[in-house]
Amino acid sequence: MSRLPLEKKVLSENDRIAARLRERFLEGQVFCLNFISSPGAGKTSLLEGTLERLSPNARVALLTGDIQTDNDAKRLARFGFPVKQITTGGACHLDARMIERALADWPLGAFDTLLIENVGNLVCPSSYDLGEAAKVVVLSVAEGEDKPLKYPAIFSKAELLVLNKTDLLPYVSFDIKKARAYALQVHPGMEIVEVSCKTGAGLEGWMKWLGRRRESAKDEKARKNRVVCL
Amino acid sequence: MAFAVSCNPFPVPCFSMHELSIANSILEAVRKERERLNGARVIKVGVRIGELAGVDPEALSFGFEVLVKGTDLEPLALEIESTARRHECLHCKRVFTVVDYQVDCPGCGSTETRCIGGDELELAYLELEES
Repeated sequence: MSRLPLEKKVLSENDRIAARLRERFLEGQVFCLNFISSPGAGKTSLLEGTLERLSPNARVALLTGDIQTDNDAKRLARFGFPVKQITTGGACHLDARMIERALADWPLGAFDTLLIENVGNLVCPSSYDLGEAAKVVVLSVAEGEDKPLKYPAIFSKAELLVLNKTDLLPYVSFDIKKARAYALQVHPGMEIVEVSCKTGAGLEGWMKWLGRRRESAKDEKARKNRVVCL
Repeated sequence: MAFAVSCNPFPVPCFSMHELSIANSILEAVRKERERLNGARVIKVGVRIGELAGVDPEALSFGFEVLVKGTDLEPLALEIESTARRHECLHCKRVFTVVDYQVDCPGCGSTETRCIGGDELELAYLELEES
């Protein structure tokens, strides 16, 4: 019997496809975000609030993942931007291959921002790279404030935490200070915005982050080009 | 696949779709390696799983067993090595294992530390039968 060391990632096939997607996004100047939360935290509402505030000329496209139904795609389609539903049929997360397939008949040059709404789940989506520039995690105040401690993987990988449903704070026992502290405990320096997608409160802070992050992604592309030129 | 069951009112191992797809990725990787090794007989695959990876070892073992049964890879054993979450202090550079979510530096007490390990989901080794 002999032992052969491998030292490879289990999801190397997913990572390979994700790297290909990331390269395509960088080339096509597409800024891509991956939205992750537990079911019902308000990913779709956040996207609705976002689309509402964008200019109709914005070149945004959306992919939305669910185990069943195209309800979310219908909700998002009314804003007039291209939307595609990915129905996973049972899988609890989106993987890079699903994104590649969904994009196959969409010309990448047609949009400069791709927003991907993952399947509602705080566990599995954190393992699957989709080629995005950044992950955004949404936590609603109707959940427990200790979610960052219970699901450290996603809270440490996401760049931004969106604390949603702040309009409910007077009615729930959610301690928002503790939630912030827990998030910073698992991810020192994590950016956090507080919003209510229902009332619109705080959404301008989210839109600012979105704009800023998109600009810094462009710089990334410019940096890469400079390196190539050298 | 039709056998995803949510956790876990029954006295059977918790069996989630997530671990099933991870098990499937492990088998795919083993098949690929076996091809590269000209059909060598693989008897065990070792994987390394960090506590931040969000993968339950028991559910993974169960899913792995189910997927291997009746295939060309049978009998193939799975060995799981669990790794702890590790942080590095941004001030004194000390590297430490995080216990009970205490991420402050046990050396200098700084609250500024960063995660440097514990999210592994890696194939560590294959054990091959001597021909």
